Amino acid sequence: MAPDSKESIEAQPLTPAAMVALLALIGVVLLFVAIVFVYVGGWLSPHRLTQDRMMQAFQELDGAHPGFRRNHAKGMCVSGWFDSSGAAASLSKAAVLKAGERSAVIGRFALAGGMPFQADAPGQVRSMALRFLPAGGGGEWRTAINNIPVFPVNTAQGFYEQLLAARPDPSTGKPDPAAMKAFLVHHPETVRAGALINARVVSSGFADSTFNSLDTFRFVNAAGVSTPVRWAMEPLRPVVTEAAAQAARTDKNYLFDDLIAQIRQQPLKWRLMITVGRPDDPTNDATRPWPVARQRIDAGTLTLDAVSSEDGSGGACLWISYDPMVLPAGIEASDDPILSARSAAYARSLTLRAEEKSQKAPSAVTPQEVRALLAGGKP
Amino acid sequence: MTERQPRPSQRQPQFPAISRLLHWLMALMVLSMLFIGIGMAATESPRYHVLISIHRPLGISVLAVVIIRIVNRLLNPPPPLPAGLPGWQRVAAEGSHYLLYALMLILPLVGWCMLSAMPYPVVFAGSWHLPAILPPNPTVYAWLRQTHTVLALLLFLTFLVHFGAALLHGLVLRDGVLQSMASFGRSRRQRA
Ligand code: HEM
Ligand code: HEM
Ligand code: HEM
Repeated sequence: MAPDSKESIEAQPLTPAAMVALLALIGVVLLFVAIVFVYVGGWLSPHRLTQDRMMQAFQELDGAHPGFRRNHAKGMCVSGWFDSSGAAASLSKAAVLKAGERSAVIGRFALAGGMPFQADAPGQVRSMALRFLPAGGGGEWRTAINNIPVFPVNTAQGFYEQLLAARPDPSTGKPDPAAMKAFLVHHPETVRAGALINARVVSSGFADSTFNSLDTFRFVNAAGVSTPVRWAMEPLRPVVTEAAAQAARTDKNYLFDDLIAQIRQQPLKWRLMITVGRPDDPTNDATRPWPVARQRIDAGTLTLDAVSSEDGSGGACLWISYDPMVLPAGIEASDDPILSARSAAYARSLTLRAEEKSQKAPSAVTPQEVRALLAGGKP
Repeated sequence: MTERQPRPSQRQPQFPAISRLLHWLMALMVLSMLFIGIGMAATESPRYHVLISIHRPLGISVLAVVIIRIVNRLLNPPPPLPAGLPGWQRVAAEGSHYLLYALMLILPLVGWCMLSAMPYPVVFAGSWHLPAILPPNPTVYAWLRQTHTVLALLLFLTFLVHFGAALLHGLVLRDGVLQSMASFGRSRRQRA
């Protein structure tokens, strides 16, 4: 288009009809942009699984507990360090895995579920969450791991539907068995994973539990080679199976109280075991175990020598979000869709509980209880 | 209307090429940031991780480029608005431009502060991390997180008004204001 012809058009005065039409056009363009924005923001998609809906499902299942984590709500802080053996350094360039590297660790033990005052019970899923800060600098690593062999679901949608299926019926106050049955019909992977989870050996407490990453990650070494991995923290102390007598204990915090008493006696240790995947191992499905024959690497030793309540001055873990996507260079996400979902959910959970900070009730394991047990007394 | 139609010889002088380049580069970046941000805050899908992994470095880049742009504006002041423009439109135009500059500067800073207060590492790319610029503090984080949302929505609304005004100038008023930023043809500055 020659500039001159354009200018001669522009010089024409607009008729009122043309002006109205152009104003309407501008209106339509702006409306279109606004609608796209609103659509991307999820407001026009009542069925899209958003962070809001995930948080809402937790609340419908477990009730509102302002200031607490939306999941793994009952917990206690620990701290210590991690000494890397260097045995995994050929697979990952992460500073935390370098030979001889010592990382400071702030951790949290917890029970799964959004109920901050649930009574400890043997079947309840136990968790260990760790934040590693390598002494020599380099990337920080966070991981949150569970004492089950596989995860019950393999997508965020599955997780959400499971929460909804387990939520109490308002009329009876109990979950509707038909809802769970319907969920399981559509999720055969959950049935298969459930069989493995139920068959696991439940140990006597946190200190002799093995905690698994469940999700798959990728180690990337200095040459850029990427290897699928899963990891586990395996206790150095011998595993004692949960005795029937212990399961009947009336102390509502017996798992946490035992842990405090054990740390008082001696630092507790775990080995970080890396399972090296093969190209055909499932990386995007946390319900499926890997073959037992896979190579395993002892990447170093975790030592936890201090424990404190989430509340009070020692509660360094309370405001840490153990987002599994906080990874150093050398450790990356796999194509497991649960990882992205966790990152989104943990950030939102942190936002909500930070907003509710002033309303938070004291945590189940109080500073007084920890102090009494560390002094050798009873809770 | 007729008397407002400028003669080609009285056309608006253009923004200098560097200013136009910065404007359109930032328009692209900021619009992407708005849509990426609003989209990632409403999904549990694998897109969340992809989007936040773009949001952080792109947002920090917005901060870097807006600083360059502000310096450029001091060195290369914008051309004056058309002489016939009513006073209130002048105020609206300048006010909205200052608001856009302010938001382009503050929003990424709030994002950086937010990650610092969470505390999350401020990953730029790979092992390239930026330092935390605030100590960890949940109350401060909660406040910043809300502020980030409110300012982002304000930025989007201001952009809509800005875009609407640009179209109004270009399609209805035809006073050369849109061309002063949008035209990449022969510079009209020499002809003015
Ligand atoms: C889509 C699936 C999942 C969702 C939506 C989800 C959601 C959550 C949420 C909201 C929290 C609370 C976070 C906070 O406020 O800091 C949490 C904690 C936790 N989750 Fe998940 N989770 C999922 C899958 C998993 C998986 C696969 C594991 C496996 C290891 C896991 C292990 C943990 C642990 C250990 C914690 C406690 C961390 C701590 O002590 O702070 N979660 N989860
Ligand atoms: C021009 C700059 C920026 C724009 C336009 C922008 C826009 C947005 C928007 C629209 C949201 C969603 C808000 C909501 O729906 O609640 C958001 C969230 C967020 N932004 Fe930004 N942002 C910018 C810069 C940054 C920077 C520089 C960072 C950090 C380095 C950052 C970090 C975040 C984080 C962490 C979230 C929340 C993610 C979550 O809740 O899961 N932003 N941003
Ligand atoms: C995509 C549609 C856009 C169009 C058509 C557009 C058009 C224009 C026009 C015509 C001007 C010149 C106004 C004048 O002469 O006073 C301008 C200036 C400006 N625009 Fe945009 N713009 C767009 C997007 C954006 C975005 C997304 C931003 C940033 C958030 C932005 C920020 C600015 C600023 C700050 C100025 C003032 C420049 C100065 O005076 O230094 N624009 N724009």
